[in-house]
Parts: sequence; C-alpha cells; structure tokens
Amino acid sequence: MNTYASGLAGGALIGLSVALLMLLNGRIAGISGLVAGLGRDRGLRRWVDTAFVAGLIAGPAVFALITGAWPTMRFVAGLPILVVAGLLVGFGTRLGSGCTSGHGVAGLARLSPRSLAAVLTFLGSGMLTVALLRALV
Amino acid sequence: MTTALRLLAALAAGLTFGLGLSLSGMLDPARVQGFLDVTGAFDGREAWDPTLAFVLGGAVSVAGLGYALARRLPRPAFAPAFDLPTNRRIDRPLIGGAALFGIGWGLSGLCPGPAVAALSTGALPVAVFVAAMLVGMMAHHRFAARA
Repeated sequence: MNTYASGLAGGALIGLSVALLMLLNGRIAGISGLVAGLGRDRGLRRWVDTAFVAGLIAGPAVFALITGAWPTMRFVAGLPILVVAGLLVGFGTRLGSGCTSGHGVAGLARLSPRSLAAVLTFLGSGMLTVALLRALV
Repeated sequence: MTTALRLLAALAAGLTFGLGLSLSGMLDPARVQGFLDVTGAFDGREAWDPTLAFVLGGAVSVAGLGYALARRLPRPAFAPAFDLPTNRRIDRPLIGGAALFGIGWGLSGLCPGPAVAALSTGALPVAVFVAAMLVGMMAHHRFAARA
C-alpha cells in the first residue's frame, strides 16, 4: 500500500475511534485532554480514560504483531530540542484546550469554529517554525 | 455491566486510534515535519509530504459520520449523556496555546497522540518528549490555578 493510501486508511481508523468513543461513551477523543485528565480525574472517569490511553499505547505493539514490523520513526531533533518541544506541546495544548486529535479531528468533525481557529493557528505556527528551522539551521 | 462495557469501549477505541496512527505513518516525526515543511517544496530542496492531509481527511470524514449519527441519538450507549465542550469563544488562550503547541510540533514532528502511542516502541526520544510534555501540562495547571 502506498503512503497516501495507508495514510487515508489509518486516518479512517482514527476517525472510527473518535466516532466510537462518542457513540459508546459520549466522550471527545482528545489525547492531550485525556492524558492531562489522568492526573486530575477521580473515580470511574479516571479508569475509563486510563483504559483508552492503555489501548492507544498498545496500538503500535499490536500493529507490530500483525504486520511483523514496528511503525517507522525517524527523529528530527536531539534530546535538548525534544525537551523544549515537549514543554511547549504540553503547556500549549492545555492553554489552547486541545491538540491535533481534539481540535484537529474531533473539532473539525463537529464543525466547531473554535477548533477550526485552533487548527489553522497550530498549522500556521508549525509551518512557520519549520520554515525558520530550515532557513537558520 | 455498563461500567465494564464502558471500560471495554474506551480500551477498544484507544487501540483503534493507536493502530490507525501506526498505519497512517503519523508516528514518524520526519513525515509529520515533512508536511509542515512547505517552503522546502518552493526552493526544491525536498518534496513536500502531503500524507498528513490524507490522514486528517480520512479521520475527519469518518468521525463526522459518527458525530452526525450521535446527534440523532438521545444518549451514548454506555454513558448517561454526551459530554461536549460548551466554550465557543475564539479567545487569546485558544490562539496563544495553539501557537505554542504548533512551535513544539514543528520542532519535534511530535504531537500528543503519536508521542503517547509510541511509548510502546521503547524509543528514548519519545519517553523524553512525553516526560517534558507532562511537565508542561503540570506547569499549565499551576499557571491556571494562579491566574
């Protein structure tokens, strides 16, 4: 399967996950929100969100079992840059109430203008960052 | 009974998400950064990688169908009510937060979903990124409590 076809098929699976979590449990599948909630929520909600995150982490391992190969990962930054990037992603996704899944997939699927504004902003700042990185480094 | 089904549904949805990310190629930071690298295409240094647009298109289409169906239902199958965001304001925290997130995303080619899913690969860079991300989230929690 070429990369565009597997991208589309993988995307459809992500969309199916987002749809299932809403239809079955009534929840938005926003990864940054779910992960942040693990440290705050109590009771059943915490267990349910833990189950989702456990399934998410198991995903690449199950993929490796099925296909015989782990998904390709080519890192583009060293550890110091990854620390800075991680801090920005953690703080930014909480301040902006979502990331590529919550705003990008779930928000756009709900036709939310707020999510569209967030998506255009993080795509824009991401593209600007890479352009600067290419120009300077 | 409903509690067990709810846990199972969350686990299945999480697994489906992780499989989808793996199949889509979005666990690969170079591919994600290749999508954000729009100027690379202009100066011919390297080809722009449009894969992320296919992933997002596929995901939004299928999720949109599911959400359209959800709007016709009185409640989700295993929970008392749909839990939807009520904030509709496009304000400074939204835009500022998204802008900061985009910078980190561009620098690393990683966002929360792929980074957390890829913890199972055991790759050190992923663990370092996720640890920093959790610290960033906790920092926001303190910042928000003070503001």
